[in-house]
Amino acid sequence: MQERLKQKAVELLENGGADRILGWKTGEFFYDLTPAVFTSSAEIEREFVFSAFSGANLSKYLIAESRKGGKVAAFLKPCDSYSFQQLLKEHRILRENVYIVGVQCAGMCDMEKLRARDCDGVTAVRENGEKLVAETLYGERIVDRKDVLLERCTVCKSKKIVAFDELIGEQGEEQDLGRFAEVERLEAMTPEERYAFWRGELSRCIRCNACRNVCPACSCETCIFDNANSGFRNKAAADAFEENLFHIIRAFHVAGRCTDCGECSRVCPQHIPLHLLNRKFIKDINTFYGPYQAGAELDSPSPLTDYTTADCEPSAVLTRGGNS
Amino acid sequence: MKQIPVSKLNELFTAISGERTLYIPADDGSGQARFTKWHDGLELTKKGNTVRSAKDLFFPQIENLAAFRVTGKEIAVLESRETGGPFVLFGVRACDCRSFEILDRVFLSDPADTYYQDRRENGLIVTLACSRPAETCFCGNFEIDAANPGGDVTCWMDAERLCWRANTERGEALTATLPMLEDGGEDAVEAQQAQTRAILERLPLRALDLAGFDREHMLEIFNSERWADLSESCLGCGACTFVCPTCQCYDIQEFHTGKEIRRFRCWDSCMYSDFTQMSAGQPRPTQKERFRQRFMHKLVYFPNNNEGVFGCVGCGRCLQRCPIHMNIVKVAKALKSNGVMSIGK
Repeated sequence: MQERLKQKAVELLENGGADRILGWKTGEFFYDLTPAVFTSSAEIEREFVFSAFSGANLSKYLIAESRKGGKVAAFLKPCDSYSFQQLLKEHRILRENVYIVGVQCAGMCDMEKLRARDCDGVTAVRENGEKLVAETLYGERIVDRKDVLLERCTVCKSKKIVAFDELIGEQGEEQDLGRFAEVERLEAMTPEERYAFWRGELSRCIRCNACRNVCPACSCETCIFDNANSGFRNKAAADAFEENLFHIIRAFHVAGRCTDCGECSRVCPQHIPLHLLNRKFIKDINTFYGPYQAGAELDSPSPLTDYTTADCEPSAVLTRGGNS
Repeated sequence: MKQIPVSKLNELFTAISGERTLYIPADDGSGQARFTKWHDGLELTKKGNTVRSAKDLFFPQIENLAAFRVTGKEIAVLESRETGGPFVLFGVRACDCRSFEILDRVFLSDPADTYYQDRRENGLIVTLACSRPAETCFCGNFEIDAANPGGDVTCWMDAERLCWRANTERGEALTATLPMLEDGGEDAVEAQQAQTRAILERLPLRALDLAGFDREHMLEIFNSERWADLSESCLGCGACTFVCPTCQCYDIQEFHTGKEIRRFRCWDSCMYSDFTQMSAGQPRPTQKERFRQRFMHKLVYFPNNNEGVFGCVGCGRCLQRCPIHMNIVKVAKALKSNGVMSIGK
């Protein structure tokens, strides 16, 4: 797959299809890829990588890249394409300046999960079908790829690439791998248990803002929490509950626009399962307004910004089982 | 040299925590390690290093500095210092132990930061030698010996025993209160050190070329064209800063509680858009300048002002935690490879 992508990137640069290529750049190791803009075939040949560690969603970079003049080509995986389309819907990306190459994806790997499977000190990984062969400072290890997938990939919502100019690999379909199971587990808790769960998880937050800054739905030019004039700027919590509220407020802010791309949880240095807050909103929207997937379509109305007489009454929340 | 069977660690921790608070690296709810206040039964993590560094114990993410209460025309200044009492910080790795020396240069230079100073004086450091370095470790570049860390006491641990060596008078005094420690352990320590050093010699990042990051080349580095591409995908988050054992920047803010004005300080990050914002505006208007500041500080400004000591200890946390995997190793290599600092080559 990597060779086909590189070939395509070189072709686009050479035939004038694009002035710049947005992709993933090689690092010190096999896994530490950095999103990067390539401008020459030589750079592509030398540094472009597409592998099981190309997890970073490139769509948000297109907000800025599409405004830099010329044409930028970007490689988007199925879940990235939902984020891209949602940003188009919000008029955040100049579509005419972007050329999208959709890339099919077999699931991306999570380095933390790999390290946890006796692969600390891992220096190289070979993909061998469904197995990963890891060379570590302490010997060779073989792990099943499925055991080290990113959480979002274990419950992948769709293999469909929803917006593209051309495809590499097969087009896929939406699928149901039970991504709401963990939300249901939390819903089944008593309010006290659930409160304790979130207080515990969110207590680890160090307010680094990685979740917010990576999030394609968080595309405000200046976040209210960074604006000294807002009265809400706080780099650290004045009390222990404030961090918790930051995440809850952020989840409300992206509700109806979050495509469940999972980047927030992927980048959290403290492994807080932030995606569960967003997924709860997605599940509730499905319940109250009918099935809706942000980013799936360009022109369908979004339930939270649209009004129909069939909308549920706010009291529906209160009547669906008391404390949930 | 003293030693104690691993099976008796709980007994050791109980004794240490008798008169002081004890912190050890333990697994948190997410299965990652963090320094945690010890309680009976709390087990030492098997992870190599904590996600957050040991600096948290001396320079907490947030702390109250003072409070002010206004009554009519009277302003009362209320002391709100929370420095805690004596504590033992157990299980500090060699990299984090070195970071204290770097932080000392900042916080203890005249005029000393008394909040930090109080904690430094209260804190007794028990280091733990590394036996399984990660591929991201590069402390050896800064003349740090992961197999023989410093601190008041140094420990080595294998499957059977914990070996214990007091290095300072305070370390000796602590040792004297721990009768369960028995003499011996020299052979086990030597064997482990030899094993660890064999791994250290194979670390992929063991030999970074850091020559030329000096005053002479400061402007050349500052003006390098590489900053633009190195910083292009930086998200501007503070993950690198907040897991870094040597990042020491903070902001002071005030908060009106309704009853009084509380003045607190909290960590800040040069990666943030409002870092050092002044009435005239932001001196580093784009992420390129903010990004450059972080690495210039660690690689050039800090050593320039501190007898060549880099503001990095090679712990590798930023390598593991940066969402886009940009880090000090990549930056240093890119700057060197671009033909700058030819003298250093």
